[in-house]
Amino acid sequence: MTPLLEAPLLEARGLVKHFPFRDSLGRARGAVRAVDGVSLSVPRGRVLAIVGESGCGKSTLGRLLLRLIEPDAGQLRFDGEDLLALPPAAMRARRRDMQLIFQDPFASLDPRMTVEAAITEPLILHKLHRGRERARVAELLERVGLRPELARRWPHEFSGGQRQRIAIARALASEPRMIIGDEPVSALDVSVQAQVVNLLGDLIRDLGLTFVLISHDLGVVRQIADEVAVMYLGQIVEQAPAEHLFHNPRHPYTRALLAAVPGQGGALRLLEGDVPSPVSPPSGCRFHTRCPHVRDVCRASAPPLSGASHLAACHFQDSLPAATPIREAAADARLTRLQAYFTEHTP
Amino acid sequence: MNALEVEGLCIDFHTERGVLRAVDRLSFCVAPGKTLAIVGESGCGKSATALAILGLLAENAEVSGSIRLAGRKLTQAAQRAARGRELAMIFQEPMTSLNPAFTAGEQVAEALRLHEGLNARDAMDRAIAMLERVRIPEAARRAKQYPHQLSGGMRQRVMIAIALACKPKLLIADEPTTALDVTVQAQILALLDELKRETGTAVVLITHDLGVVRDHADDVVVMYAGRVAERAPTARIFEQPEHPYTIGLLGAAPRLDSRRARLASIEGTVPDLRDPPPGCRFAPRCPFAIAACAETPPLAETAPGHFAACHRAPLAA
Repeated sequence: MTPLLEAPLLEARGLVKHFPFRDSLGRARGAVRAVDGVSLSVPRGRVLAIVGESGCGKSTLGRLLLRLIEPDAGQLRFDGEDLLALPPAAMRARRRDMQLIFQDPFASLDPRMTVEAAITEPLILHKLHRGRERARVAELLERVGLRPELARRWPHEFSGGQRQRIAIARALASEPRMIIGDEPVSALDVSVQAQVVNLLGDLIRDLGLTFVLISHDLGVVRQIADEVAVMYLGQIVEQAPAEHLFHNPRHPYTRALLAAVPGQGGALRLLEGDVPSPVSPPSGCRFHTRCPHVRDVCRASAPPLSGASHLAACHFQDSLPAATPIREAAADARLTRLQAYFTEHTP
Repeated sequence: MNALEVEGLCIDFHTERGVLRAVDRLSFCVAPGKTLAIVGESGCGKSATALAILGLLAENAEVSGSIRLAGRKLTQAAQRAARGRELAMIFQEPMTSLNPAFTAGEQVAEALRLHEGLNARDAMDRAIAMLERVRIPEAARRAKQYPHQLSGGMRQRVMIAIALACKPKLLIADEPTTALDVTVQAQILALLDELKRETGTAVVLITHDLGVVRDHADDVVVMYAGRVAERAPTARIFEQPEHPYTIGLLGAAPRLDSRRARLASIEGTVPDLRDPPPGCRFAPRCPFAIAACAETPPLAETAPGHFAACHRAPLAA
């Protein structure tokens, strides 16, 4: 096997999506430049995280990658095939390979469908396991850690964590090759979140899934991502293997984002101000209005995303002072042993 | 003297399906200028506790026990008089806490007119100074804007300006940064710390985020299903936790500063408080549970200032 030479499962080039808006008289007033020239490769069997703050365009990008919305410009290839050229019927068939899990498990399940009906739907749609749908639903429920006899129940009878497991089972039903999770664990309490994060990790490994994790939570990203792309105002500012990005962030925005995560003994250097409006993003480098290292060239010209395996879009990425590294938590022997009980001894 | 003393607080909700005890015998105190964090997951009683201190619980709630603000017992009438003056609050969603029909400046000024008896012009001058103190750029111009014209971070700054305008003795902050982005969250929490140091206001910080607790709290109360699981100074909670729930929670929270083979996973879900398990409420999910856990464990001191409600505390690994 030569994983480095293997073509990515999904490839996006120059994706653009603007949402025009009008005033009360119907006159065009501008556009939210939600995704503004994004190129991205999703390696096979790996977890790519797309991170950024609200309004950076990460959710829109997720929908573009699945062609749930049409881009204004750009190319999209899934397993070498030009997705944007597919007619509707062929695209529907292709969807079998690419599924989405949403943040809110209360909104993503139809309250009038039993769990069994919800999971059977994709089986019928894609003509899978014909004649043994019920047995397949039972298998899928067990796979996500739910008892098969729960199949006859209704969504409202389940907790948030259980509903997210059901949503995952439904996503797995069509035997997809890629799943995009848009903040899939953000609505869950910590103890339940850990269960679902562990479950996702197991499924990705056991089924060889390619997973795109859209998240604002850098702790969750650190836990499961192999590769990370950082977005700011509709563009990717940095993309690198996860451990590389966390330990050697090259873009000033990535550095500020990591420094702001609580739990590191107080923020080191705070970023001033708010994110500018995506309707009229700043000229040149979009981060220049908040960047501590800004110079004239940053206001005038947009830096390209450049580098070998660690890409960054900063004019000064090679000359910036070294980043303040994340201080790795010291392993506490007592705590580690006690916490292992939770995995080893189920009460 | 402590800014806040809560002693044996119980909160019962009378519902159509019976009585539900949301908070059971909660005690803690906060000194002036200190931050006490109450952490726990949904339904643990942390927000009900905040509302009980403020006197803002719904009609069907019954509160018993004692709450003292700077030594004075807080009755309902006292709560009403103290709210907005000695007793201030900020909530998670600044959009719903602010009045959309008034400008930011008017809302800060209102607090000053109401509680400090300032006239309209002096109140507005002080309001603008207050907006400057919470680092709103171009405060005089922003004071004339309405909430919808401000960003989420800016709105939470306005809320903080309103809350701290009258130098309260106690600030209740219920998930104050949960709706904000991480870079804005860092700004707001740093601002709260700074203002707290200046004014000597005590803070009760209610949060689910252990990272926020670690950086910003002096003491921590960990709640589970309406009861205190553990109470200790912050460093102690993170370095030498004794209650299995705290230990599990610390292992379950994903962290930026370590990638683990597997997160500690606390199996099962929180109990239904209409029908809680007998004895220790965490026992059904606890890998350390023993026969004694059928009896409710007392909140016992395991080290000076460190209390844990567990029959097995102190836990040896």
